[in-house]
Amino acid sequence: MTTALQIASAVNAGTSARVAVTAALVKAKADTTNAIIRVHEARALAAADAVDARIKAGEQLPLAGVPIAIKDNLNLQGVEVTACSKILKGYIAPYTATAVERLEAAGAIVVATTNMDEFAMGSSNENSAYGPVKNPVDPTRIPGGSSGGSAAAVAAGIVPLALGSDTGGSIRQPASLCGVVGLKPSYGTVSRYGLIAYGSSLDQIGPLSTTVADTAVALQVMAGKDPRDSTSADRDATGIGSLPADARAALKGLRVGYVAAHEEGLAPGVRARLTAAKEALTAAGAVLVPVTLPHERFAIAVYYILATGEASSNLSRFDGIRYGHRTDSATTLSEVYGKSRVEGFGAEVQRRIMLGTYVLSTGYYDAYYKKAQQVRRKICDDYANAFASCDVLLGPASPTTAFKVGEKTSDPLQMYLSDIFTIATNLAGVPGISVPFGTDEQGLPVGMQLQAPIGNDQRLLAAAAGIEALAL
Amino acid sequence: MITDDNVRHLAKLASLTLDAAAVSRMRGELEAIVGYVEQLSQVDTTGVEPLTNVSGVVNVTRTDVPGPLIPTPTVLALAPARNEVAILVPKVVER
Repeated sequence: MTTALQIASAVNAGTSARVAVTAALVKAKADTTNAIIRVHEARALAAADAVDARIKAGEQLPLAGVPIAIKDNLNLQGVEVTACSKILKGYIAPYTATAVERLEAAGAIVVATTNMDEFAMGSSNENSAYGPVKNPVDPTRIPGGSSGGSAAAVAAGIVPLALGSDTGGSIRQPASLCGVVGLKPSYGTVSRYGLIAYGSSLDQIGPLSTTVADTAVALQVMAGKDPRDSTSADRDATGIGSLPADARAALKGLRVGYVAAHEEGLAPGVRARLTAAKEALTAAGAVLVPVTLPHERFAIAVYYILATGEASSNLSRFDGIRYGHRTDSATTLSEVYGKSRVEGFGAEVQRRIMLGTYVLSTGYYDAYYKKAQQVRRKICDDYANAFASCDVLLGPASPTTAFKVGEKTSDPLQMYLSDIFTIATNLAGVPGISVPFGTDEQGLPVGMQLQAPIGNDQRLLAAAAGIEALAL
Repeated sequence: MITDDNVRHLAKLASLTLDAAAVSRMRGELEAIVGYVEQLSQVDTTGVEPLTNVSGVVNVTRTDVPGPLIPTPTVLALAPARNEVAILVPKVVER
């Protein structure tokens, strides 16, 4: 698979952007995994010609002519955007998300929209109005979720780079299960303007790609303050995507924290790879440091209170009035709301809205929502304590490799538990990345997760490049 | 313990017109999830300030300068029911 950086280098040297874009369009149309739900051929070819013109005029662009795919919850002007929900069928985005706009300005070309769990609620990409996505490594298995389409599109070689969003692991878990790199930046690093909101205190947009270097350049292009997103951080993003010249050598002396308790309950194949990663890091001169995150085991409970509370508020805007689906069978305004929403939202989305409404309702707010916010602070404090003695944290991205289609759909709680290692990252706002690190005994990909203190995305990427070098 | 009545009340708050089968299914699912999150009561949070956001940012303001807006026809075109100047909804005031 050609990387994004290789394509950009060729286009900057004079190769037409149409070459890589046309190849990606052909592959997107021939997709057999259901990762791709929309192909933007005319728009992409016009954009390729525009990039060619800019190169001819003397510009050099970091992502010149790189075909990309974006998750269906990112607004792209003039194109249908649905968050894979029936309630947004026919919604044509009137503007483009900042993250996408910045990638396009850097020469990237959006060739397709990817499948996802409806409103980013799911861990297997089985909650989509467009149907499930198959894992390109084994089509009888799920790709993970909610950015399952983006992970599968990269793993299948359709595009070298895709965008996802991550509220509780939705970039890192599918990246791990599909064998690609997936980054959730620090909270606030990438503007969320134009991202269809799920849990606003947790959501981040991030890239998926085949190499850490491609992820780093994408982050460099997207990062930085955006006046249109008041939660975007005022941190200097200069050099955020800079990687050491010798990533393996840079591991020497790096203090890598690990939580011994993470080994409990891991699938044997995942545990074996975690052990191998630790041994390889030690051999490369990194210093392994045992740390504890005593409240991490409460992360899923905290998440399913806070994220659903925020979602019940964020999703109240979908009411059948201003855009999207409106019921045919209402005679009063309240029926328009209630029936449009029941007809438009899938089962998991309705479940989370109801749970969120419950935890925010009078009489339960203190017992659930406020309690969860308090435990969230304890989880943040745990991270601060851990990072006092290490530079990055190493652990598994997912307790298992890709599971079978339909295996967990009947039990929402079992599905939620598949995010056990990724959710605390979002609660603490720290950056996390999943890097492919071999396979289990069945040949299914295993991802190693690294985390770093909030605002230290560059340190995270440098360490990830080191892990990537060790995996080879 | 969540009752069908609780679920119907929540559904009203959430603007979801659930039928009887959905109410009963939702009751079981909510009970299981709420049962799971009850584990938070094990954590001593006495005196812990609730965390509302991790960015540390408070009250972001900006100068009130008019900027470009999405044109009205573009916005109107998205509405499922409309005329030339407005989004249409069922009558909300009875005579």
